[in-house]
Amino acid sequence: MELFIQQLLNGLTVGSVYSLVALGLTLVYGILHIPNFAHGALYMMGGYVTLTAMTKLGMPYGLAIVASMAAVGLLGVLMERLVFYPLRNAPPLHDKIAAIGILLFLEAFAQFVWGADYQTMPTPYGDVVTVFGFTLTIQRILIIASAVIIMILLYLFLKKTFIGASIIAMAQNREGANLVGINTNKVAMLTFFLSGSLAALAASLASPINLVFPGMGHLVILKAFVIIILGGMGSIPGAIVGGYILGFSESLGATYVSNDYKDIIAFAILVIILTVKPNGLFAKEGR
Amino acid sequence: MAILEKRRLWLAALIAAAILFPLFVANGYYVHMMTISFIWMIAVYGLNLFAGYTGYLSLAHAGFFAIGAYALGILTVKAGWPFWLAFAAACLLTTLIGVFVGLVALRTKEHFFAIYTLCVGYIIYLIIDKWDSLTGGVRGFIGIPAPADIGPLSFQTPAAQYYLVLFFLLVVVWIMHRLVYSLTGRTYIAIRNSEELALTLGISTMKNKLASFVLSVFFTSLAGALYASFIRFLGPDIAYVSVMFDFLTYLLVGGIGTLAGPVVGTLLVTFLSQQLQFLQDYRMLIFGPVLTLLIIFYPHGIAGGIIRLKAKRGEARRLQLEARQASAELAAASRQERSERYAKEG
Repeated sequence: MELFIQQLLNGLTVGSVYSLVALGLTLVYGILHIPNFAHGALYMMGGYVTLTAMTKLGMPYGLAIVASMAAVGLLGVLMERLVFYPLRNAPPLHDKIAAIGILLFLEAFAQFVWGADYQTMPTPYGDVVTVFGFTLTIQRILIIASAVIIMILLYLFLKKTFIGASIIAMAQNREGANLVGINTNKVAMLTFFLSGSLAALAASLASPINLVFPGMGHLVILKAFVIIILGGMGSIPGAIVGGYILGFSESLGATYVSNDYKDIIAFAILVIILTVKPNGLFAKEGR
Repeated sequence: MAILEKRRLWLAALIAAAILFPLFVANGYYVHMMTISFIWMIAVYGLNLFAGYTGYLSLAHAGFFAIGAYALGILTVKAGWPFWLAFAAACLLTTLIGVFVGLVALRTKEHFFAIYTLCVGYIIYLIIDKWDSLTGGVRGFIGIPAPADIGPLSFQTPAAQYYLVLFFLLVVVWIMHRLVYSLTGRTYIAIRNSEELALTLGISTMKNKLASFVLSVFFTSLAGALYASFIRFLGPDIAYVSVMFDFLTYLLVGGIGTLAGPVVGTLLVTFLSQQLQFLQDYRMLIFGPVLTLLIIFYPHGIAGGIIRLKAKRGEARRLQLEARQASAELAAASRQERSERYAKEG
């Protein structure tokens, strides 16, 4: 029983990270209908920027995360401006190929600047605490807490502010949003900024537990795709719920099934879902 | 007709150049590079058939390439099968896996298909990487034999292997040529241009997509098996996304959805890679942006661009001809009118 609850906590941690990444992906998909294969590279860049800000510039952890969110957010905006905006009328094949091009460029870039080695990120929250008889590091609590806070903030932003409402409006109907005077270019840039920041935040939170290396985004992005298919492409609550479902099934699967193959669980879930429902769960029927 | 003749001549010249290449280039390294490029070309033709002509981006093809390669390795080394039997079995096995993947994957469309195949490719990579006892895992798989002799033909020398791969490449190009200009090929293009429209015209899109996908997997597995017997060492890397990316780069530089594209693109990019070898792991710093810029500004690639240019020039010539004809007719009409008037005035 104790092992089970420990694994549930693990799943909660992992799921929080997945949800944050999937949120960024689903936001961009909702607005622009682009499956952004380069999102994993943004995640990776987030990890490296935070690490560099801490080790080279001597920033404290929290400040480094904020700096990293800003930097990677801007990188996302740059991506939208330079690549996806010119491709807005191209066949869907082109976006995907362009995104793969960006992904490999950013990975080579990270390897060029920071080297191919695995690096550890120091955290001031490495202490172990015992809560109700369960041991866990403060870092894990931090991950769960900040993910939940960010999700609530994001929800409030989207539902209660004018700019947030314009993002949702654009996701619902691009032409309609344009007609009522929403500057869709600005909204697209803002969405990419949010998406990049969320990826950077997720990476910065998860890195002290995992490691920082050029390929760190690969598995995460693939799983994020699984999550948004699970939760419905473009759906925000779906991304959150899907992230936690995947987090739990992975941590339980690693304990009770096989640790070696735990990464396959996500893909097995995806294969089953798409086999049964080719348009994903919760796909919007008819447009 | 004249254009067709000219094209035949070009093709014959190219094939002759390819056949004479190892005789005139003494440098064994270049022969090796050409052989590898030919293997890539076969795989890129596979990708081209499905992405270029049928309009679906499959990101699992590097995985199928790896399955073909590993199947050959495992069947020859571990099971001890004779080479050519294993060769055929490796291609068939991969194609069979392709049928099953296709049956499920092709129920999805566009983005879902790309994501689905990306995941399938990653599963293949993970399995090769983790299944130590069968594939050797990260340590790699060694000791794959070179192609066995067929009667008097021996494939032990690099030049002989070069000709073997060239033979398979020509067969693939020939099949592609026959296919693209057949009704089946037109059907694939119809599906690419609009699946709904094709469906309305009474085309069974699922059947056609599956056939196209399976054939494209077959080409890729053929390339994989050739790769295994030529390099004779395999690592899980060949199933990785970066190999997929290489295929895509070759295809896009050359021209997606064109017959000459895979050849042009693969030759050019491998040649450039050789020149940029000092970059090693960082070559993606250049190729990543190149691919992205290409898709934004020049999505038809080199072969596609030339075809477009020719079409435009042909159109211009046709228009010019028409204009000349029209003006001649006009002149003739006015001359006649004038002569009639003169006749009337006496």
